[in-house]
Amino acid sequence: MTRPASIVLRDPASRMDPRKGRGSLRFLAAGLVLWLACACSTEAAKIGDLVEVRWTDQARRFLTLADPAVRHACLGTVLLGVSCGLLGSFLVVRRMALLGDALSHAVLPGVALGFLWNLEKDPLVIFIGALAAGLAGSASVALITRTTRLKEDTALGMVLATFFGAGLCLMSMFQRLPTGNKSGIDTFLFGQAAALGPGDLGLMGAVAALVVVTLVVGHKEFLLVSFDPSFARVLALPTRWLERLLLLLLAFSVVSALQAVGVVLVSAMLIIPAATASLLTDRFHLMLVWSAAIGAVSGLAGAFLSFLGTRLPTGPFMVLSAGTFFGAALLFSPGNGWFPRWLRQRSHRARVARENTLKAIYQVLEAGGFSTESVPVEALAKRRRVAPAEARAEVRSLVGARFATAAGDDVLLTPTGWQRACAIVRNHRLWELYLTHAASIAPDHVHDDAEKIEHVLGEATVRELERRLPRIDVDPHGRPIPSVPSPDAAPRTAGGAGDRPMGYGGRP
Amino acid sequence: MSAEASAETIDPPLEIHDLTVAYRNKPVLWGVDLVAPAGKLIGIVGPNGAGKSTLIKACMGLLPCASGWVKAFGRPMPESLGRVGYVPQRESVDWDFPVNVMDVVLMGRYGRIGLFRRPSTEDRRIARECLERVQMLPFADRQISNLSGGQQQRVFLARALAQESDLYFMDEPFTGVDAATEASIIALLQELRSRGKTLLVVHHDLPTARNYFDWLLLLNMRVVAFGPTEQVFTPDLLQKTYGGRLTLLSEVAEAVRAKAH
Repeated sequence: MTRPASIVLRDPASRMDPRKGRGSLRFLAAGLVLWLACACSTEAAKIGDLVEVRWTDQARRFLTLADPAVRHACLGTVLLGVSCGLLGSFLVVRRMALLGDALSHAVLPGVALGFLWNLEKDPLVIFIGALAAGLAGSASVALITRTTRLKEDTALGMVLATFFGAGLCLMSMFQRLPTGNKSGIDTFLFGQAAALGPGDLGLMGAVAALVVVTLVVGHKEFLLVSFDPSFARVLALPTRWLERLLLLLLAFSVVSALQAVGVVLVSAMLIIPAATASLLTDRFHLMLVWSAAIGAVSGLAGAFLSFLGTRLPTGPFMVLSAGTFFGAALLFSPGNGWFPRWLRQRSHRARVARENTLKAIYQVLEAGGFSTESVPVEALAKRRRVAPAEARAEVRSLVGARFATAAGDDVLLTPTGWQRACAIVRNHRLWELYLTHAASIAPDHVHDDAEKIEHVLGEATVRELERRLPRIDVDPHGRPIPSVPSPDAAPRTAGGAGDRPMGYGGRP
Repeated sequence: MSAEASAETIDPPLEIHDLTVAYRNKPVLWGVDLVAPAGKLIGIVGPNGAGKSTLIKACMGLLPCASGWVKAFGRPMPESLGRVGYVPQRESVDWDFPVNVMDVVLMGRYGRIGLFRRPSTEDRRIARECLERVQMLPFADRQISNLSGGQQQRVFLARALAQESDLYFMDEPFTGVDAATEASIIALLQELRSRGKTLLVVHHDLPTARNYFDWLLLLNMRVVAFGPTEQVFTPDLLQKTYGGRLTLLSEVAEAVRAKAH
């Protein structure tokens, strides 16, 4: 079942220099990790050549949950997803995402020392070692920020890379030891959910239960400490202890998740589900629920995908699944998703275009003294300053929205179309009137503004404008302001001036 | 009952003795002595960097004091925090935080609800009432990032009202607020005052300070003057507060800082 060690480090972390700053250190660390990843994948391919496994068989094995290893993997990844998702939400809203990154990388030397302790994989010893290393890492960050002028992000970056480098050194030393059971240490880098044992699951279950209970009980305290810590202190909340508890829980869940997702990517399981959840809701408690759910589902998906191949690492697939959820939320989230927003903008643009056409038709009719009922498309095109073909397209859009009917090259407004046209012209001219009257803007400056405002003035605002303006029959350019006919009123028919059914805005 | 009542009449809502606060060895407040009378609306004014915010933060224990002590209602401040309400500066929190207006106002109740308990319907009723008093009830379900500056300020005020305190500290509650809102806020503060509450309000606009506050604390790293507005708002004292008379003090402060490093 176990797989030969795949990590052979020749020159581990020798170039890590904490003074180089966070960016270059992380770059170096990332390079090392990438190299390790390549090593792992070639190894995996070799084993794959030896043991033929069809992915359909693997999928069936996974979905039937017949194999205990599969059941362990599912349970473990769900527990991991829930606890990381919950605590990650706090990191995201408090803008402390880097802390998760630093903590998860800082645990590596602890993992390696845990292995060296009795030269085999004992979950509890590794848990304790990793926890100690993680807390030492966060303590170093606190010490550096408190005693120097360096800011927290710099301290986090340095500690992250230094501890990670130390961990890689220790692990490569361990690989060269002649004795000891080396199996399983590499799963800590990229995660292997299928290798989770009952001991690992016990730890993960305990941590997840602790996290859920703590957050359910102390939801309101953790919310306040995260939103407004100084107000929490004025309310005499034990802020310092709450902060420490949160950090401890964070360390617990990072460390318990290592086996399944790996040191390198566990921070992504803290951040990505929480970031996805923050796109979906505006309430913190809902964000916690969403984040836990997305974390759990991403964990399951990662376990499933990595199971399809031959002992592929779980962590990358888990993170890819979470990333896919994030992408989906970014595109389709109902409030701020790109796609819904694009649809809204498109429908708004289409409405504005239709309203502009309606307004132009009204103006053509008005120029003709309302003597005709229909408008020739050429006249409309001239008024709109567009090519006749384009005007025809605009008319088709009106016909589609049942605002008009077309007879040959003539356009005839329907009752609703006529009503809409009057409303938009009325909005335009009322707004011009308001700007010249209330804001004392010169009449020749107000047209462009009204062109935009006319489409967004709501019913209530129009009523307000009518109430505020002393007279609403003539706009600043001397043209009459139409009133809006009732929906069932007949469209304007040809007739004389006496037949001005729009009743040019006579006030009651 | 009567003993407690008489104790309250004797003990001032706020007493500060020889309070010194330093940032990185640089003193920002030196030897502040102060006894605030009950039932007064007190303005704290002074130039930028005078330590106005520092003073109220240090009073509530949000900043460490280099020396001195603060008592509220006759007892050391940490024990009296249950009777203290706070309106922090608007910029002190992240307004993109995923909470709505009601959530924030309910936070004012957390001290009374007690640790690890849920807000009751009574707490929600009080929170709604406080929102009503700042005319923000229609916005109760609004996400806080969708509020204007003045609305955010009123949410903070409602949260402080929900604390139902006897002594209030407010850090520039009028920044980013339009004139009409400012007038309604000051009316609200005056109403609190007339119900016997004591309010200390950091304010940076000198002309309005004269009309708004019963008492004024003129502050510039130390207490220049503290008393009823008509006695304290004099050209001489204002000159002392805002003028360049304190150069020596800041020079000494600089020297102390240089020595410490």
